[in-house]
Amino acid sequence: MQERVSPRLPEYPRLAAGVRLQFDGRRGLWVLLGPERIIETEGPASEILQRCDGSRTVEQIVDELARLYAADRDEIANDVTEMLSELVMKRMLVG
Amino acid sequence: MNAQSAKADIPSPLGLLAELTHRCPLACPYCSNSLALEDRQNELDTSIWNRVFHEAAAMGVLHVHLSGGEPASRRDLTDIVAAAHAAGLYTNLITSSIGLGFERLRQMKALGLDHIQLSLQDVDATSADRIAGYRGSHAAKIAFAQSVVELGFAFTVNAVIHSANISRVTEMMELAASLGAGRVEIAHAQYYGWALPNRRALMPTREQVARAMRDVEEVYPRYEGRMLIDLVVPDYYARRPKPCVGGWGQRSLNVTPSGRVLPCHAAETIPGLQFWSVHDHALEAIWAESPAFQTFRGTEWMLEPCRSCALRDSDFGGCRCQALAIAGDARATDPACELSPHHSLMNRIAETDSALAESDYIYRGRRRRADATPM
Repeated sequence: MQERVSPRLPEYPRLAAGVRLQFDGRRGLWVLLGPERIIETEGPASEILQRCDGSRTVEQIVDELARLYAADRDEIANDVTEMLSELVMKRMLVG
Repeated sequence: MNAQSAKADIPSPLGLLAELTHRCPLACPYCSNSLALEDRQNELDTSIWNRVFHEAAAMGVLHVHLSGGEPASRRDLTDIVAAAHAAGLYTNLITSSIGLGFERLRQMKALGLDHIQLSLQDVDATSADRIAGYRGSHAAKIAFAQSVVELGFAFTVNAVIHSANISRVTEMMELAASLGAGRVEIAHAQYYGWALPNRRALMPTREQVARAMRDVEEVYPRYEGRMLIDLVVPDYYARRPKPCVGGWGQRSLNVTPSGRVLPCHAAETIPGLQFWSVHDHALEAIWAESPAFQTFRGTEWMLEPCRSCALRDSDFGGCRCQALAIAGDARATDPACELSPHHSLMNRIAETDSALAESDYIYRGRRRRADATPM
């Protein structure tokens, strides 16, 4: 458990205990499930989450996304950092 | 998003509350179960629950809340957990912990149980045990919390708030954090089920509620990023109603121990509604077509002031059961809304009931008042 309130990103982010990412066939999108929480994700957000498996660093995730979308790396880095920070604050992501 | 629904205007539900049994060692006076508790011999067996879980997942349900009564009162609880997990559902066990030993907990972890929600009645054992009507319950829960954390479960503490514990909301949140909870629910009592006949004993004063709301606000930033705090706000001193169950027949459904399917816990208090059973129909047909779900789905059934209200699609007119209980008509605006002609009546009831400070509970499922039965 983290000692500090700081939303510093974990080195190898992975989903917290009790948090699952699964494909919802009925709705045709990826859903992040936690206690009393459902977050629907599509496109880049689901691609980021699928890579939060504890085997990749944040930098690697950014690299992969930048390649996948042939997009500007800095822009992708901002998006990834923002999204992962929010999930850390919601206790859905750990490292 | 709902393009695959059987009918275009009916959304797919997200949550299923499975009342596995109404048996429970505790006797909390605010229990959300119906006053007419169901018997053990009518409980659905493991194989029917298995079918219900698969039907639920196929129709879009993501979360299943395994509840009761006390789910651990069922000997086949581990099989039920396994069935829910195999159906692809996110499994949440709502428990008092009584009757749930470490070995069964360990098995359920291995079988895919995702999350545990433990109820706490208060921060000190004497008060907590009195509220639960069960000596030793608090100490058992504290020990159970250690097992939950040791096994690595995601863990929520739920605390129902009423006059006997409302002055200790801060301490409740601190206790939850010290037990290792990642989330705490501070849930002001909702006055249906057993809480309605116990309203005089449970209702806090307006000042107590205001102070408890301030307490939560003050504590909130302290736990940011460490423990989520979810608040179920009190209705009786409110100005706007809650969108009860996220709207009738919009997001969730309940299955009772014997298999009747309800839009909410208390729906059976509304006279004239027809509930279908999983014994007779597939879950998706019940959701889409049963009279009980259709009666208050959407906005067509509404009366004024809801009918022309800008908020009708966000609060759905509040709670039907509360409208019936206070305004005498399940179609009326929830009296928690200040636009309801019964709003001032609701305020007066709260003020009168809280001033009475009735000290004896009608314990859930027990015959006599507290003063007549030794705990």
